[in-house]
Amino acid sequence: MHVRQVIKQLGLNLTAGSKIDVEITGGYASDLLSCVMAGAKAGNIWVTLQAHPNIVAVASLIELSAVIVTEGVSPDPETISRAQETGIPLLTTEQDTFSTVAALTQLGIGGTEAITGSLDS
Amino acid sequence: MQSLLVDLHIHTVLSACAEIEMIPPLIVQRALALHLDVIAITDHNSADNVGAVIEAAHAIAGSALTVLPGIEVTTREEVHMLCFLDTCAQVFELQAIVHAALPQRKNKAELFGDQYVVDATGKYIRTEERLLATATSLSVEQVVTHVNALGGICLPAHIDRPSYSIVASLGFVPPQLDIAGVEISSLTTLKKSVKWSAVCEHWGVILNGDAHRLSEMGARTRIRVVKPTVAEIRLALEGKHGRGVEVLGLA
Repeated sequence: MHVRQVIKQLGLNLTAGSKIDVEITGGYASDLLSCVMAGAKAGNIWVTLQAHPNIVAVASLIELSAVIVTEGVSPDPETISRAQETGIPLLTTEQDTFSTVAALTQLGIGGTEAITGSLDS
Repeated sequence: MQSLLVDLHIHTVLSACAEIEMIPPLIVQRALALHLDVIAITDHNSADNVGAVIEAAHAIAGSALTVLPGIEVTTREEVHMLCFLDTCAQVFELQAIVHAALPQRKNKAELFGDQYVVDATGKYIRTEERLLATATSLSVEQVVTHVNALGGICLPAHIDRPSYSIVASLGFVPPQLDIAGVEISSLTTLKKSVKWSAVCEHWGVILNGDAHRLSEMGARTRIRVVKPTVAEIRLALEGKHGRGVEVLGLA
């Protein structure tokens, strides 16, 4: 499953970043960046309400497939420009984190190493 | 009693997010231009440039500018805590505790920024390899306990910000916390938000620059103390024994 399909299925906004054909390997949800650095795996899609520029640095570090910023929070301009530079998809939604994770689970994205089924776009 | 202008939250090039101009001689010159009497160097999870700034201040301004050793510690809840001490020896003891509590991860300068240790003239000495721009395993409570035990004082940083602030992360300032006061980053947010104003009614407030570039340094807080030591600053924040704090522009 690619980021492109998740964007479509969840109705997310693609705020910045072009690499939407990256394969998703699983998902991770945390608002503590230190947690994400310790627990998320490469290719995971990350769900958080944090919107400051460090989220892109962490996403690059762990090679995440995308970041979904929840709760209708608008990413800082610096966050957006860093996402443009790195190409990492910065996605936004009005939904809260719990609902977003639930929706991802419905698509077959489980934990950090769990992905079942695939979607035809 | 002295009336002193202060900025107690200044980063140097050791903090990855700071601009390259944040070297000791330029920080000191900017402080003097702003008529600051006391500054504190508070790099993320480290104090390796504090000595250089103290030396630069002495060389450029004699005893006109006091430089307090400090560290901005990131707790495990990702709260930033400003920690101030009186001596380099004390701040290095705190640094040892903080460094032991950092994850074993190397910095990636291209993602987070460079972390440089420099001398009093700003000359490059070495690059800090470990990632400082991350959380330690120390809780808010543990940081406060350690700093107080070393003879220092602790304040949650920029409580008015949406990230890395104690109010954002914990929802409130724990009333039992033995902090000296709270720091805000802007009068605008303070005046607009009932939440911060309520906090500030219970704690002494200080407004600092959180300077990552020279233009962010400012003379926005005045303290009334006998001398610029951390014990006196605590008394000033608590409004005790004739000491006091005044955030300029805050009615």
